[in-house]
Amino acid sequence: MKTFRWSIPLALFIILLAFLWVGLGRDPREVPSPLIGKPAPAFRLAKLHAPGETLSNADLKGKVWLLNVWASWCVSCRVEHPLLVELAKSNIVPVYGLDYKDDPEAGRGWLTKNGDPYTASIVDRDGRVGIDYGVYGVPESFLIDKSGVIRYKQIGPITPEALQEKILPLVRELQR
Amino acid sequence: MIPELGHFALILALLVAIAQGTLPMAGAALDKPRLMGLARPAARAQFILVAVAFVCLAASFVGNDFSVQNVAANSNSELPLHYRIAATWGSHEGSLLLWVLMLTGWTFAVTFFSRNLPQALLARVISVMGLVSVGFLAFLLFTSNPFDRLIPPAPEGRDLNPLLQDPGMVIHPPMLYMGYVGFSVAFSFAIAALIGGRLDATWARWSRPWTTVAWAFLTIGIALGSGWAYYTLGWGGWWFWDPVENASFMPWLTGTALIHSLAVTEKRGAFKSWTVLLAILAFSLSLLGTFLVRSGVLTSVHAFATDPARGVFILAFLAIVVGGSLALFAWRAGKVGLGGGFDVFSRESALLANNILLIVAMASVLLGTLYPLFLDALNLGKISVGPPYFDAVFYPLLAPAVFLMGIGPIARWSRAPLPELAVRLKWALAVAVVTAVALPFVLGRWTPLVALGLFLALWIVASSAANLWQRLAGSHQRGLMAKLAANSPSYYGMLVAHLGVAVFIVGVTLVKGYEREQDVRMPIGESVAAGGYEFKFLGVTPGPGPNYRAVTGTVEVRKDGRLIETLRPEKRIYNASGQTMTIAAIATELTGDRYVSLGEPLSNDDISGAWGVRIYIKPFVDWIWMGAFLMALGGLFAVSDRRYRLVTKRKVAVAAEPAATVAAAE
Repeated sequence: MKTFRWSIPLALFIILLAFLWVGLGRDPREVPSPLIGKPAPAFRLAKLHAPGETLSNADLKGKVWLLNVWASWCVSCRVEHPLLVELAKSNIVPVYGLDYKDDPEAGRGWLTKNGDPYTASIVDRDGRVGIDYGVYGVPESFLIDKSGVIRYKQIGPITPEALQEKILPLVRELQR
Repeated sequence: MIPELGHFALILALLVAIAQGTLPMAGAALDKPRLMGLARPAARAQFILVAVAFVCLAASFVGNDFSVQNVAANSNSELPLHYRIAATWGSHEGSLLLWVLMLTGWTFAVTFFSRNLPQALLARVISVMGLVSVGFLAFLLFTSNPFDRLIPPAPEGRDLNPLLQDPGMVIHPPMLYMGYVGFSVAFSFAIAALIGGRLDATWARWSRPWTTVAWAFLTIGIALGSGWAYYTLGWGGWWFWDPVENASFMPWLTGTALIHSLAVTEKRGAFKSWTVLLAILAFSLSLLGTFLVRSGVLTSVHAFATDPARGVFILAFLAIVVGGSLALFAWRAGKVGLGGGFDVFSRESALLANNILLIVAMASVLLGTLYPLFLDALNLGKISVGPPYFDAVFYPLLAPAVFLMGIGPIARWSRAPLPELAVRLKWALAVAVVTAVALPFVLGRWTPLVALGLFLALWIVASSAANLWQRLAGSHQRGLMAKLAANSPSYYGMLVAHLGVAVFIVGVTLVKGYEREQDVRMPIGESVAAGGYEFKFLGVTPGPGPNYRAVTGTVEVRKDGRLIETLRPEKRIYNASGQTMTIAAIATELTGDRYVSLGEPLSNDDISGAWGVRIYIKPFVDWIWMGAFLMALGGLFAVSDRRYRLVTKRKVAVAAEPAATVAAAE
C-alpha cells in the first residue's frame, strides 16, 4: 500500500494524458448550432437595392445558397468581405446577404465602397429574422441546401480555411 | 545566408544537447569524472549555439528578410524597429526559440553558480536540463522551424499581430518564459536528487534561490500580461480566467507552494517527498501550459498559433517528461524519508495547510480550464467555463490561505501552542477587524466582500508588523539599526512579498467593490457623469501611424466643473492585416484610474457622428500590479541572502539530517 501512495500522481497524470489525447482530435471552436439539419426559418423581407421587392426563403428552394449575415457597422465583416467578393466571382454558390440591424442607406453605401458579393441583400432592420436564425454575433453564415435545410453554420468571419475545407466541399456535395 | 547559419546552429545545438543529456548522466551512474566533466562545457556550448540561432532570427526580422516564412508571416517593412525585434518571439516558432534560449540560459547560469555542488549532482542536473532541451530543439527543428524559407520570397510581410505591437507585449513573453523555464532548474534538481537518492536540507538550499528567482520572473510576467490585457483589450478587465492566463497561473500557484515547502525542507528537513513532487509539478504545469497554448485543444482569445499536428509532438514530450518523472517519483520517493515530526500547531502545519490550499486552488483552476475538454472527450457536449466558476471556487480557497499567511511567519517551528499564538497576534487581529469593518463606510458603501477583502489585506500588514516588532523587541542588539540588521535579507524578502499580497488584495477588493462603468452612445459634445467626474466627448480625428491608420477620440474630464485632463483613446486599423485594435486612454492616480476607450462608430459617418464610448472608474486598480511587483521584489530580496553563497562550509553539518526515522515509524 505504501508504494501505491507514491504512484497516485502518476496515475492522475495518465488519466489527464488520455483526455488531452482525445481532446487533440477535437475542434473546440466548432460550436454546434441546434439549427443544423433543420429547415431554415422562413422569412420575407424587402431587398436592399430594390425596396419595393421582397425575397423569401421559399424563392430559393431548389438551389444551394449561402446566407451571410452582415452589417455596415460590423468591423469583422470587413475581414471576410474580400473572400465573399471572390467567392461571388467564382459563381460556385450564390451568396445572399442579410443586412442585420442596419440602416439601409448605410448598408448600400458600405457595399458600394467595399464591393457587393451578394446576388441580393435583404434588410432585417429590427433583427427579427436574425433572432429566428439564432444570430448572436455578426458576421455569421448559413449554408442552406436545395430542400431549404441548414447544413452548416459559420460563426464569425469565414476564414479561407473554413471556405476551402468545409464550405466548398459541402457545397459540391449538396449540389450533386 | 543568415537564416541558414541560424538553422545550422540549431542543429548543432540539438547534437550538443543530446550529448549533454546523456554523457554526464552516464558518468554520474558509472562514477566516471571525465564524463561528468562534460556537463559544464556542453551546457555552455549549447547556450552559445542557441543564442547564435536567436540572433540570426532577430537579424532576419530586423533586415525585413521576407524570404523567411516566419518573417513574412509576422512582420512588415512598415513595422517600427523595436517591434520587428519583438516580432522575433511574436510567432509560434519564435516563441519556442525564445523558450529554448531561456532554458539553455538557465543551464548556462547553473554552470556558473554551482561551484559548491558535488560533481555527480551537477552532472545529473545539467543532464536533465539537456534532455528537456533535446525535446524542445527537436520540436523546433522537426515541426516548427523558424528558419523555413519561402520560395519565391514574399514582396511584403503580413505584419505582426497588432495585439502584440505594444511595449507591454515586448517584455511580457521573455519575463513569463524566464519564470516558466526557470522552474526547470528546480525540476532538474529534484530529478537529480531522486536519481542520486539524496534528498536533504542541502538539496533544498541549492534549489531555493533558483526557484525563487524563477517565481519572481513568473510573477512579473503574469502581472505584465494582465496589465497589457487591461489597457489594450478595451474592456478594463485585468484577469479573464482565460485558458492561457490559467496556464501561467497554475505554475505560479504551484511555484508559490514550492517556495514555502522548500523553506521547510531546508530549515527542518521535513516535507521532502512533497517538495520534490511540487518541483516536478511546477515544471510539468509549465509544459502543460505550453501544450495548451500551442496545440489548440482549448479555445482562447490568446490562441495566436495553434496546430494539432504540433500538439501530438508536445503531448508525446509531455508524456515522456512528466510521466517519466512521476514514475521516478513513484519508484524512489518512498525511499527518501519524510523528515522530522511536528505538532498540529506549528509553523510546519501552517505552511503545510497553506501548501495544500494552494495546490487545491491550482487543481480547481486546472479542472476549470480542462473541464470543457473533459466533457467534449466524453461526448457530453461543448461548454465553456467562465469567471463565475473560478470566482466561486477560487476565493473561498484563497481566503483561508491568506489568513494563514498571518500566522505562519509568527508561529514557531515544531510546536506553537494556540494560547501563545493568540497572545502574539491579538493586537494584529483586533486592528485588522476594526479597520476592515470601519473602512468601507469611509470609502462609500459597506459590503461584506469589501470588508472581508480589506480584513485579509490588513491582517497581513498588521501580523507582519507584529512579527517585525516582536523580532526587534526580542533582539539583543543595541540601537534600531543594529536590531534591523540582525535579521536576514530573506526575512525582509518574505515581509515585502507578503506585503505585496496585501497590496494586491486591496486592489482586487476595491476594484471589484467600487468600480463604475458607463457604456454609452456619445454624440459630439455630449457629457456623461461617472464616479464624480464629468466626461465630455469632443469627437474623433483621423490620423496616420507608422503601420496603421488611427482615429483618436478627445474626451475632456472635469471635476466640479474644472477641467482636469484630456483623454485621447485610440482605435487603430492596421494596414497589412486590416485588424482593428483599441488603445484605451487611462489617467492613473494612486487611488485609481479613469479609463476611456472607444467602442464602435454608431453612425454612417465615422468621423463626425456618434461613437460608442466606454468609461470606467477603477478605484485602486494599479495596486493589483504594484502588489505583484512587490511580491517579485520580495523574492529577489530573499535570494540576496548570503547564506546561499556560503554553502560549502556548512553543507557537511546539515547533510547529516536524521531522515529515515519518521518513514520507518509510519
